[in-house]
Amino acid sequence: MYDFAYQKPASVADAVKLLATGPEAKVIAGGQTFIPVLKQRLNKPSSVVDLAGLGLSGISVSGNTLTIGAMTTHATVARSAEVKKAIPGLAMLASWIGDNQVRHRGTIGGSLANNDPSACYPAAVLALGAVVKTNKRAIKADDFFQGMFTTALEPDEIITAVEFPLPVEKSAYEKFRQPASRYAMVGVFVAKGPAGVRVAVTGAGQNGVFRVPEMEAALAKSWSADAIAGVKVSPEGLNSDIHGSAAYRAHLITVMARRAVAAAG
Amino acid sequence: MAKISLKVNGKAVSAEVEGRTLLVELLREKLGLTGTHVGCDTSQCGACVVHVNGDSVKSCTMLAVQAEGAEITTIEGLAAADGTLHPMQAMFREHHALQCGFCTPGMVMSAIDIVQKHPAGLSEAQIREELEGNLCRCTGYHNIVKAIAAAFPLMHQKHAA
Repeated sequence: MYDFAYQKPASVADAVKLLATGPEAKVIAGGQTFIPVLKQRLNKPSSVVDLAGLGLSGISVSGNTLTIGAMTTHATVARSAEVKKAIPGLAMLASWIGDNQVRHRGTIGGSLANNDPSACYPAAVLALGAVVKTNKRAIKADDFFQGMFTTALEPDEIITAVEFPLPVEKSAYEKFRQPASRYAMVGVFVAKGPAGVRVAVTGAGQNGVFRVPEMEAALAKSWSADAIAGVKVSPEGLNSDIHGSAAYRAHLITVMARRAVAAAG
Repeated sequence: MAKISLKVNGKAVSAEVEGRTLLVELLREKLGLTGTHVGCDTSQCGACVVHVNGDSVKSCTMLAVQAEGAEITTIEGLAAADGTLHPMQAMFREHHALQCGFCTPGMVMSAIDIVQKHPAGLSEAQIREELEGNLCRCTGYHNIVKAIAAAFPLMHQKHAA
């Protein structure tokens, strides 16, 4: 790993100032992706700005909004009584990310900012029509994800929280894990809530998370696994690699979506 | 270089570290606590698991500077001063839950965290699932799972007393 200057600001404003010092200043949240990237020397930051001191961790329900602070770990989301009650599918998703040790460090904000095409959280955020709050603005999920490892975030923009609209009537997540890495080859989040009926798919698309409008229309008419059994997803734009062809992934999307709908009840 | 202060196995320590120094490097190379192993160095195998403020963490995937002010427990911090083993260590010995032993420190640290986080009970299936982040390349999982199940009542009994 190349060396860097480590900085741990105490306020969002100070963090933004530090990030503005140069293009090679990078943010570290939980570090569960970023540290492995640094080890491989895929990134050579001049400085690393740790967001752990900004007080961005915590979960709260207020009115019709569930708010999760950007630095809240996957383990905290998975165990949260509030999340389990309001959006059970979200707690389920968090409990399946990586392993215990990764979940103790990895954060929702870090996952979203990185937008790995196999990450789980983008599927939930898109399916639930959540809003990504930053130091500058509020970004709708539909505008936030812009392709593989690409988001609407500007270089000096920091995610502070994610707001999920309530009440969520139904929610569930199912993923088919790549057997060795355990990353989602296909992960499907289904939801029925204030953002309507939505189906969001991660792991499969070359450009990251995406919605499946045909399934959403079918589920809006009738919420049942059978309602989407006949929906064929096009393999166009899906990943094809040694783990599975695009056609295989396309087939898996319908399988996982049906399981998720069944799990949501 | 940055100077950091933390608690390791109950003792206050301070050290000079680079930004890039990993927690496991601090433990092994600066503090001489070589019970924490480095297996894969890619966050997969769990040989480097330690407790940070009571949570199991892969110390190869955390910067030493991020441990400023934290309380760390390593495998060396488990046994009592008189040498009495922690119940999890005792059950690993009792059930022969190791073959080559390389993964054992991380297994024991993860196992303690698993038992502590499930006070209501743990099925065999749950233990296997919760051990996802620890690999044993001797494939000696069966006795590891037995040892954890055996340590469960001992650990919770102790807490209740």
